[in-house]
Amino acid sequence: MSGAGPGLAMRPPGGAGGAGAARSMLRRLDPPLLVASACIVAILLGGSLYNSLFLSPHYLVQQLQVASFLGIVAAGAMLVILLGHIDLSVPWTLTAGAMLATGLAGSSLGGLAAIPIAVAVGAAIGLVNGLGVAFLRIPSMIFTLGVNAVLQGLMVLYTGGSAPPSSAVPVVRWLAGGRVLPGIPNAILVWALVGVFMILLLRATPFGRTVYAIGNRERAAYLSGMPVKRVVCLSFMLAGSASALAGLLLTGYAGKAFQGMGDTYLLPAIAAVVLGGTSIVGGRGSYAGTIIGTILIVLLQSMLAVMQMPDAGRQIIYGVVIFSMLLLYGRSRSGQA
Amino acid sequence: MSGSSPRLFLRHNALPLLAAAIFALMFGLYLALQPNGIRTDVLVTAANKGVLLALIASAQTLPVLTGGIDLSVGAIVVLCNCLASTLLSGTPTQIAFGVAATLCGGLAAGMVNALAVVVGRLQPIIATLATSTMFYGVSLLLRPNPGGDIDDDFASALTGAVGGVPVSLLLLLAIVLLLWLPFRRSLTGRGLYAVGSSEASAYMSGVKVARAKACAYVGAGLLSGFAGLLLTLVAESAQASAIQAGDLTLNSIAAVVIGGTSLFGGVGGIVGSILGAFILRTIGDLLFVLSAPPLWQPMFQGLILLGAVSFSALPTLRARNRLETYR
Repeated sequence: MSGAGPGLAMRPPGGAGGAGAARSMLRRLDPPLLVASACIVAILLGGSLYNSLFLSPHYLVQQLQVASFLGIVAAGAMLVILLGHIDLSVPWTLTAGAMLATGLAGSSLGGLAAIPIAVAVGAAIGLVNGLGVAFLRIPSMIFTLGVNAVLQGLMVLYTGGSAPPSSAVPVVRWLAGGRVLPGIPNAILVWALVGVFMILLLRATPFGRTVYAIGNRERAAYLSGMPVKRVVCLSFMLAGSASALAGLLLTGYAGKAFQGMGDTYLLPAIAAVVLGGTSIVGGRGSYAGTIIGTILIVLLQSMLAVMQMPDAGRQIIYGVVIFSMLLLYGRSRSGQA
Repeated sequence: MSGSSPRLFLRHNALPLLAAAIFALMFGLYLALQPNGIRTDVLVTAANKGVLLALIASAQTLPVLTGGIDLSVGAIVVLCNCLASTLLSGTPTQIAFGVAATLCGGLAAGMVNALAVVVGRLQPIIATLATSTMFYGVSLLLRPNPGGDIDDDFASALTGAVGGVPVSLLLLLAIVLLLWLPFRRSLTGRGLYAVGSSEASAYMSGVKVARAKACAYVGAGLLSGFAGLLLTLVAESAQASAIQAGDLTLNSIAAVVIGGTSLFGGVGGIVGSILGAFILRTIGDLLFVLSAPPLWQPMFQGLILLGAVSFSALPTLRARNRLETYR
């Protein structure tokens, strides 16, 4: 549990704290967060040597906008990973949320109905996942993989195998690309809202405490009288909603929902969570870390794209980087059952 | 080990025997329904598709037996497919070299996974998810565009039939008899089951845990290599497709579950997974014969997987003590 909170200490940079304060802050930081933050700085500096564009505010804001979709998916993925489970149904939950919400929203109020529809679709999918995992005790990895396949089948049926004709509703376009604050796309604000929600949920509610407890030792949580099954179910529902919401936002950014739009989100989301210092076996991690992990992943992808690396090289480098960062600190410690 | 008394044999192999019965029933139904009658080419086509999935399912079985999983088997198959599509042509020596190189490719990919899991102590699920990205990247490097140049005679020889028996089936039989059964009886092979049952107890009892786990992932790579080779010979082309890799991985897990191997490790075996693969394949063929709309196929695959895992989870609902269901 010790690593549950230190990420928040990242926010106010220590500045004039004196050496003692700086050292105590360093001690409170997770090594993963330090490594990930150092990697972000290294990518930005290395990139700026290659192309001065890397340090321009416009570029950075644009990267944050791209990161907000991944960050929202990662919020859900993290909740499930904290429990010691995993949600492999992300790709088609995201796509199903996007397709159904865009297709069913209608045009009243600029398609405002799309948002609750997406959240409900995600929650319903999450409920199925949660029931299978919490009540049937099927390994989450397998069950969510199966749900992913069923969703893919359902969406293929729904769209007839081709891209759905309806394009993104106006409200969602505004949410993803519009600007309430000058210079800052709304998607970043949505992400910030999700972030605040996650941090409060994990740190300040009994629900959050129970999530960490289940991740540390499910038996102990059950014996302490915690509502284990309910919390697992709810977590999967929140995770599904997060994926579906991200999918909906993505339609506003890309213009419409399309087949396979979620395929590129599964591994990056899990990687962002793990690189942000969350233990893949559960029980340890903070959303602040996941934010840093998300930014790291997005910057890495962006740099590989800017360097005009062919797809093959991009996949390999991407895999190798995630792999080596996992080796740096994603290892299961011996003695941790 | 097996079959000192017939009753014990029945009890130990209940699930594979059940799978065999289901397969026999379904395949019989398929043969009765399909319009061309029972001919060698019908059998050969069915066998080639079945053996392909059976090989991938066998590959998946080994890590699952240790309580792990290999989400990169599909990517390794695609990688070996792309590798083979550039090598399987020319003189017989060149072709033989190509076959060897393809299998070595699978072996090498398996070693990467083994290193990640055993030496790197990474969780199998996340490690193999990351390596599958790398393998996919290498496949793209080997074959940027779909295609391939495969020796026709060699391909038709290995995907044809000898005396009415499909060659691919013989290949599978050889792998089971010459690789799996001796391995299962070996010290490392039994270590595989021990590690899957309880890693801590296995370690305390002096089982070489690291070696057993490494063997599982390397073996999975080798069997995926065989699958990639067969895929190349059947399709006579290759394509670096992430979707295909994902499909193959999903089906391999489904086949393993249907074949009665426990996802928690320690129980099951390759023979069951092979039957599971045949069942899964026959379901697809039956759907085709019964002219179910092709758009329904992906959903059926998912539903079958969910149905199989839910069925295998039924005993937990009858657990005497609720606490036992928690880890």
